[in-house]
Amino acid sequence: MLGIKRSDLPLDNDAHSRFLPWLIAFMVFLAVLAIGGILVLNATAARWDQGVGGTLTVQIAATEDPARDQNNLQEVLNVIAAASGIERYVIIEEEHMMTLLEPWLGSSANVNDLPLPKLIDVGLADEAQFDLKDFTRTLQARVPDATVDDHRIWLQRLVNLIRTVEFIAMAILVFIALATMGTVIFTTRTGLSIHKEAIEVLHLIGAQDSYIAGQFAARAMMLGLKGGLIGMALGLPALYLVGSLAESLEEAALPDLSFGPIEWAIFAIIPLCVAGLAMTTARSTVLRSLARML
Amino acid sequence: MSGLSKGSIARFENVGLRYGLGPEVLQDVTFSLAPGSFHFLVGESGAGKSSLLKLMYLALKPSRGLISLFGSDIATTPRPKFPALRCKIGVVFQEFRLLGHLSTFDNVALPLRVAGIKEADVTRHVTELLEWVGLKDHMKSRPPTLSGGQQQRVSIARAVIARPKLLLADEPTGNVDDTMALRLMHLFEELNRLGTTIVVATHNMALVDRLGHPVMRLDEGSLSMIAGSGNKSPAREWRESRESVQAVVPPRRTRIDDDLDDADPPGIENFL
Repeated sequence: MLGIKRSDLPLDNDAHSRFLPWLIAFMVFLAVLAIGGILVLNATAARWDQGVGGTLTVQIAATEDPARDQNNLQEVLNVIAAASGIERYVIIEEEHMMTLLEPWLGSSANVNDLPLPKLIDVGLADEAQFDLKDFTRTLQARVPDATVDDHRIWLQRLVNLIRTVEFIAMAILVFIALATMGTVIFTTRTGLSIHKEAIEVLHLIGAQDSYIAGQFAARAMMLGLKGGLIGMALGLPALYLVGSLAESLEEAALPDLSFGPIEWAIFAIIPLCVAGLAMTTARSTVLRSLARML
Repeated sequence: MSGLSKGSIARFENVGLRYGLGPEVLQDVTFSLAPGSFHFLVGESGAGKSSLLKLMYLALKPSRGLISLFGSDIATTPRPKFPALRCKIGVVFQEFRLLGHLSTFDNVALPLRVAGIKEADVTRHVTELLEWVGLKDHMKSRPPTLSGGQQQRVSIARAVIARPKLLLADEPTGNVDDTMALRLMHLFEELNRLGTTIVVATHNMALVDRLGHPVMRLDEGSLSMIAGSGNKSPAREWRESRESVQAVVPPRRTRIDDDLDDADPPGIENFL
């Protein structure tokens, strides 16, 4: 009996509660997908943050004076060379810039007619050592035409997007939990109605409310655990399938769907959480209902 | 009406009860049950007997008046303390109210389990009591498979298993023949002798006359007490009850008495 005490109420025979594990299983299936999505998005945000965070771009606006442009470039390279924490830097070739601009300008554009800025891609060895504010201040003091782009705006937008999707996934989780609670409340109330006579007898022979509520809670916990395990058994292969499909596509474009031990542990406690939710919901429903009795 | 003593098991003062906006089914009911007393509650159908019992076993709240059980005014007693009061009350419901999905054993065991008694003790007490009421062979049977009389006995066994301080029986002999009715009354008298205060609602006036206990009579919601105040000591009342039984029942041994003596294992005190 898994440590569940004997029940004085015939809750196991209730036809209406037989569908409960399957409804909970469906909820858990959705919850597994939502949690999987949240974990993947978190990992993706961290990966992108790491990938972009270690670099910055110095841009030198083009002037009408080529000598000044050349002087500016040299001055910027001197500043970069003098800064600590920089691992590498490379001047982006005009051909490469044209390739990047081609989708917007077309292949027939004449590069000589465009005042293209100079771009220098800087790789940082150690972000802790590198002082961005000091670097920017020095650079702008010596080369007013230069600006530093550390990709934070772009990254912030990306992170905002991910956080929004995560929030939606969280909201879905909350709705799933509310729907599960609603289902358990409905089932418990039906059970209270069906077993009204037996409950009244227990009540009149001196049973505490918690004694009666405990029987409903134990039953709901078992049904919740059963539903949780079924839902997880369906949800995890579905996640794995999505992961496999993603791997077969272009890897760079899709988030990494492989999970570590912590993520698997989170999945493992879902059925327990659902069982606990069902148990406490049933218990509070019964207690609220019994409180109306004398 | 004699004094409303503080040591009473149940005390009603000017209690009135109405259902919804209907007329009062009980009006100005005032009485006090002394510890160890035995009363019959009589009255025509609809006189309010079951309503009065429901007030006593805390299934209803009065519309007015004061009810005190075991010294606690129920109007001021917080609801969480009601189960402890109910545990002191055994109820034989008119319609038995046995749980059909549980065995005879489990039905009788309910009050002990609710009270948190250890399962080993539950088994011992229930087995002994079921043996005493002649249902040892039906311990695993479910109530729907039992006869009316057997169900009645299960209901009574459930009411007395936890040795209540107050036993309320609503028509406990309504479904059994005279032999069994008398036998059940003997069980109640045994309990009463051991200190349980008893109120038996009945239409069986022959039984009331035969046993001679004080009578609470309800007439259109008004209560009157007949033949006894209920304030005597349990032992004296017991003796007088026995004397009045003997006064009604001829001294010669009847076939019923022989049957009862043969059927009843001695020593109900062993498990009570």
